[in-house]
Amino acid sequence: MEAPFDPVMLSRLQFAFTAMFHIIWPVLTIGLSLYLVLVEALWLRTKNDGYYRQARFWSKLFILNFAVGVVSGIPMEFQFGTNWSVFSRAGGDIFGHLLGFEATMAFMLEAAFLGVMVWGWKRVSPGMHLFATAMVAFGSSLSAFWIMSANAWMQTPAGGSFDKGRFVAASNFEPIFNSDMPWAVSHMWVACLEVTIFVVGGISAWYLLKNRRVDFFLRSFKIVVIAAIVITPLQIYLGDGSGRQVAKTQPTKLGAMEAHWNTNLPGKGASWNFLAWPNKAKQDNDWAITIPNGLSLLLTRSLNGRVKGLRDFPIEDQPPIWLPFYSFRIMIGLGFLFFFLTVWTLWAWRKGRLKPGIISEQKKLLISWMAALPMSYVAMEAGWVSREVGRQPWVIYGVLRTQEAASPLPAYPVASSLLIFAGIYGVLFLLFLLFASYIVYRGPEAAE
Amino acid sequence: MEFSLAVVWLVIIGFFLLYYSVSDGLGLGVGILCLFSRRDEDRKVMMESLGYIWHTNQTWLVVVGGMLFGAFPVFYSTLFSALYVPAVLMLLGLIFRGISIDFHEHSRSKRLWAVTFGAGSLVAAIAQGFALGGLLAGIHVKDGRFVGGVWDWVSPLAFLVTLGVVIGYLMLGTNYLILKTEGDLQRRSFRLSFVFSVLTLILSIAVYSWMNLLYPHAAHKWISSPAVYYVSVLPFLTGLGFFMVLRGLYKRRETAPLVWNAITVALGFGGLSVSLYPHMMPHVVSPVTVEQAAASPSTLIFMFVVTGLLLPVILFYTTYTYRVFRGKVKAQEY
Repeated sequence: MEAPFDPVMLSRLQFAFTAMFHIIWPVLTIGLSLYLVLVEALWLRTKNDGYYRQARFWSKLFILNFAVGVVSGIPMEFQFGTNWSVFSRAGGDIFGHLLGFEATMAFMLEAAFLGVMVWGWKRVSPGMHLFATAMVAFGSSLSAFWIMSANAWMQTPAGGSFDKGRFVAASNFEPIFNSDMPWAVSHMWVACLEVTIFVVGGISAWYLLKNRRVDFFLRSFKIVVIAAIVITPLQIYLGDGSGRQVAKTQPTKLGAMEAHWNTNLPGKGASWNFLAWPNKAKQDNDWAITIPNGLSLLLTRSLNGRVKGLRDFPIEDQPPIWLPFYSFRIMIGLGFLFFFLTVWTLWAWRKGRLKPGIISEQKKLLISWMAALPMSYVAMEAGWVSREVGRQPWVIYGVLRTQEAASPLPAYPVASSLLIFAGIYGVLFLLFLLFASYIVYRGPEAAE
Repeated sequence: MEFSLAVVWLVIIGFFLLYYSVSDGLGLGVGILCLFSRRDEDRKVMMESLGYIWHTNQTWLVVVGGMLFGAFPVFYSTLFSALYVPAVLMLLGLIFRGISIDFHEHSRSKRLWAVTFGAGSLVAAIAQGFALGGLLAGIHVKDGRFVGGVWDWVSPLAFLVTLGVVIGYLMLGTNYLILKTEGDLQRRSFRLSFVFSVLTLILSIAVYSWMNLLYPHAAHKWISSPAVYYVSVLPFLTGLGFFMVLRGLYKRRETAPLVWNAITVALGFGGLSVSLYPHMMPHVVSPVTVEQAAASPSTLIFMFVVTGLLLPVILFYTTYTYRVFRGKVKAQEY
């Protein structure tokens, strides 16, 4: 273990903290902007004012969420230079311009049309307003593409070679379309939609439980339930695909995520650890509850398929085991719970229970939806933890070690900035909750 | 001056940086003015005058950061680890500035969020000043790596530059308020802008002279031909720009001061860059030249093509949004 005041460790903590804080906001920006496009388009088509009111109410929450996302996002970009200058120099030829493209293609579009979307209701036509909202949605999804492409490149670097401490690009498109990119982009983008489903669904459930504004919130609730029918199983499918991608390209990460130590012998299957007590010093699990042949089946679609274990790699190339293993399980468990919640809700709908007057009696269902709101964020964060901690000890997998990638800084400025970020982000988070609860509590009337 | 891809990229990023410093500089200037404004209504108008544009303007900083990272990874990494403290302070200032605009709308304590808005703007402006000052005073670089200390950016020159940046932003801010407001606020902005313009002129001359004293290669251009022609023309035009700003203020024009202000910043910025070229970082130990700091040629070409296609589109839609919100700020009408 590294000492707690090692500047590299402090930079890692700072990056992990600021990234985990930042990612809370764009997921809802991406999903909720698409929801706004949908209700605005429905309003223009059906001329039903109910949809217009949807757009006005949810956009209040959208703007507040967006603001925190923007201010916490800028430090992300600059931290590569301030704290990870060796990484920036080494990976800049690829990583840098992807961030540049994200800013010019996505953020500019998003920012410019956000003004029209927020302040332009009386200045532009409804059609133009829908276009502006669509551009905000498009811009935010596009930013997810670029940042996930850049992040995927750190997992599966491609399209050039490492020479004298710098990665030099040999191709323009290979790094962008690296092998992890399709899985990374789709899994994260669908996660944004899933979080949004449970945010809109959870807030709607609270109103339905209170029997307030049932007409309004039954509409939003049903919209997200319909979306959940597609999204929750799709995310499980994409998660499975991402897992098999990791097994192919990042065997040490897979070993950590599954606490899988020994490569299975030919003719024998690798078992899947449902739960385990990993012990890195012993290079084994102290105990494990396993499903025989489970891991082989999951990853290779055959009972005895070969799955590389962690012991095949030197200890200095192995990531920490605990964090990836348990965060991975939290994510998977929640992903399945969200799917079951969707099935349960559909069943209740079929039974005719999602109707004004009687829906507030569905207490367990509605409370589950309210609980799913924070849990959807937990699932998303847990996924990120297993993805990024599992990448260790590399910052660019197999190429550059995290330990060698930091800026030549002493510990005290990094410790100070980490403490300041922690304090300020804590305050920001509480203020967001405060103002968001004002918006939610005042309800759709106040937004009209 | 040799023509190369790296130089082309330097000019492109220079343009982005310039666009940022004018567009967000005026926002930060208005923010600082907010701190000294006594009336709630004035503060509300000032914040609303930025409501729909501050975010787009700030995004240019993200563009500068990303493009610098992409085109000049060595410069980006060295610069920001050398300027750790001002960079973090700037980010914190921008966090408060940005969040205050939004919280101001929801909160009942308007005063509090107007103050954090102003304080955030001031901290961000000061931090940008010190970052620029630290860069101009020189950064200890060896083999493309930063080898200096955490507080190297503090120097007498940096204090002067910071003062220049803050006053310059105030000048932009008042000229913007002249364009966007009416009545008493506008009248006061005319008077203040006059003061800030004269101060900015004096500070600009001081910084430019100091730079020439500090860097012999810059000063040398003034006494060698043909360099003297291109180094002297931009400062001369900058002076003319200042004159046009003052003339606009004197004649109580609403648009001219801001437009000439932007042109003046561009000319002054260009003048300083030309005199420092080819050094991206004025050196203390060893210089980093433009070519050494750049990414590989294939990346530069790729970025150039993509940016070349995008830039007209960006300028088109940002112009459109400026047009949507043209005219004076009126209280709550969305």
